[in-house]
Amino acid sequence: MQGTVDSQPAASTATAAHHHEEHPDLRVLGLITFLASEFLMFCGFFAVYLIYRSALAEWPPEETEVELLLPAVNTVILVSSSLVIHWGDTAIKQGDVAGLRKWYIVTALMGTVFLGGQIYEYATLGYGLRTNLFSNCFYLMTGFHGLHVFIGLLLILGVLWRSRRPGHYNANKHTGVEMAEIYWHFVDIVWIVLFTLIYILTLF
Amino acid sequence: MAQANLSPEATKTPPIEGHPHLPDWKWYDYFTFNIDHKVIGIQYLVLAFIFYLIAGLMAVAMRTELATPDSDFMDPSLYNALLTNHGTIMIFLWIVPAAIGGFGNYLVPLMIGARDMAFPKLNALAFWLNPPAGALLLGSFLFGGAQAGWTSYPPLSVITANTAQSMWILAVVLVGTSSIMGSVNFLVTIWKMRVPSMKWDQLPLFCWAMVATSFLALFSTPVLAAGLILLLFDINFGTGFFQPDAGGNVVVYQHLFWFYSHPAVYLMILPIFGIMSEVIPVHARKPIFGYKAIAYSSLTISIVGLFVWVHHMFTSGTPPWMRIFFTISTLIVAVPTGIKIFSWVATLWGGKIRFTSAMLFAVGLLSMFVFGGLSGVTLGTAPFDIHVHDTYYVVGHFHYVLFGGSVFGIYAGIYHWFPKMTGRMLNETLGRLHFVLTFIGTNLTFAPMHELGMQGMPRRVAMYDPQFVGLNQLATIGAFTLGISVLPMLINVIWSWSRGPKAGGNPWNALTLEWTTPSPPPVENWTILPAVTHGPYEYGVGIQPPQPDQPALDEA
Repeated sequence: MQGTVDSQPAASTATAAHHHEEHPDLRVLGLITFLASEFLMFCGFFAVYLIYRSALAEWPPEETEVELLLPAVNTVILVSSSLVIHWGDTAIKQGDVAGLRKWYIVTALMGTVFLGGQIYEYATLGYGLRTNLFSNCFYLMTGFHGLHVFIGLLLILGVLWRSRRPGHYNANKHTGVEMAEIYWHFVDIVWIVLFTLIYILTLF
Repeated sequence: MAQANLSPEATKTPPIEGHPHLPDWKWYDYFTFNIDHKVIGIQYLVLAFIFYLIAGLMAVAMRTELATPDSDFMDPSLYNALLTNHGTIMIFLWIVPAAIGGFGNYLVPLMIGARDMAFPKLNALAFWLNPPAGALLLGSFLFGGAQAGWTSYPPLSVITANTAQSMWILAVVLVGTSSIMGSVNFLVTIWKMRVPSMKWDQLPLFCWAMVATSFLALFSTPVLAAGLILLLFDINFGTGFFQPDAGGNVVVYQHLFWFYSHPAVYLMILPIFGIMSEVIPVHARKPIFGYKAIAYSSLTISIVGLFVWVHHMFTSGTPPWMRIFFTISTLIVAVPTGIKIFSWVATLWGGKIRFTSAMLFAVGLLSMFVFGGLSGVTLGTAPFDIHVHDTYYVVGHFHYVLFGGSVFGIYAGIYHWFPKMTGRMLNETLGRLHFVLTFIGTNLTFAPMHELGMQGMPRRVAMYDPQFVGLNQLATIGAFTLGISVLPMLINVIWSWSRGPKAGGNPWNALTLEWTTPSPPPVENWTILPAVTHGPYEYGVGIQPPQPDQPALDEA
């Protein structure tokens, strides 16, 4: 707090940060801060799940066993889509809009397949939200994650819609692309924790 | 910080996209969707103050009921609804939005030499989540009102579940969302948008407090959201997360709730500590004592504050090891808080104190908050807490902290920054009258509650044993005094805003950056950005405070 004499008042080189919303650093930093907060909300759910899992002798109860094959396939699809979306981001950083569009379309398809798989799983499980405490947790947590996948899909579709305009994204201007990618990775990371908690750990 | 160095080579920054470039604010600009941080700050303050008056009237109605032991003034279920909404509105729609949304939005960009917040549109959106939240809470009275208390513990909140309880949940989730948006905005703004010559150790202490507050809100609010979503599902969709007969556990809700709601008390006091650190050195004409100690203690409070929530649950069947851990962590929070108190006292020591209304409230806050802090230490100790749990002792304690602390701090902030916000001075005589009435009212209302609690009067009830009647009537007289105390302030603000004497750019001769621009500041705050040439609190060492009304500033 000792006053430093700054002989270079508000140096003109350092004004980039004052460009406001258009400045990529600000938006990416804002998104990451927000996602940290979102993650804490999921941590609340994880904590509730773990408390009940440790408190009850039989988990999951017999009438609410989880299916493993479909979610495992779904997991592979979602995790690899994180790689695919990254290829799209790499493409636009080299100025390749066609590449961006191609990989983002593939990602969107993979995300749709994931959501479709989740809906199919819900329809075939034979128990519902109210069956017991396990099914409460199961549907609420996977459902909330599904909602986030859906939001991620909307972001990707938004990027695809905007990329139709020539020059909207280019090698130097791709913050929106990057933000959709970061969000998609976030959805992926949450799913890995969820899959481990709900599906893998029920094997033991 | 701040002497403005208004040399011609100082930076001109490009205008902000979407900013209205009005020559002057009109009154109706404050009622529109505006993305200027100063308008949003004032919108927050005014809306919060309206809710303060509403929730205050609820309190007066409750104290009227409590003037007699019987339930003869109102129906007990109405009492419960008033109790629930009084707490909820005071916390979520008055103190938090006024301290964080109001002062934070108004002051942070001005204090760090920025033209606006990092995300102006997000900022406006965060504000506009508040009116619907308030409408949900007040509208819930049409459906009987949420009656499970501001904590809304299950199973009560589920058994008595009605539309109003769900409206309560949605309202709290809305303000929580608003608070998360605001926190993201503050962190990015303070991190990235300081004027280039401002180093971290020249950041005004109010901004340090906002950093600590934002971290805390960012990490604790979503956990409350998780808990409330589960509660919403229990009420409306038949799940059993907190239903013992379905295998759920009510204490799990308490953990999720207090993981946010204990830190929420720091959300309500950390910005106030920031206001104190700005008001005291200016009006005592002395450099603040222990700048770094105050800055770091804010961060310490926000970190330790995340690990103390179980002290609200000592009587919830908490195992002894947990009681020991959370007693100790709770007592540790008193250390950084004490550091701040002693720093302010040391700043006052030997200062050339000007007893302006702002300073009166700041000094009043010191005494009230020390009292509330000490009763907090007693409550944080498990053995004593078990004795007085859910009695009026608790009510007395948290009202000393929240009214004697947070509300006094907001008042101090209003008297200090009103000239900057409106360009007009407040009337000092009315200000002193306001202070005297508030100070007497606070002590008359909340001091007897400690004794009532020690004698065993339970909280949250409309009827009580006749043996408690004397002290209750004292508290009721105090509550009416507090109700009346708002009037001189209201008259003062309304009259001075239109007719008060012109303030000039820097009426208090302060050194932080917000005083280097005219009052009220123009859109985008400065024609040319100021440069930081010395620390923010170097009073009495020969630095001339900036007088931005001199025409040099507006030209260029």
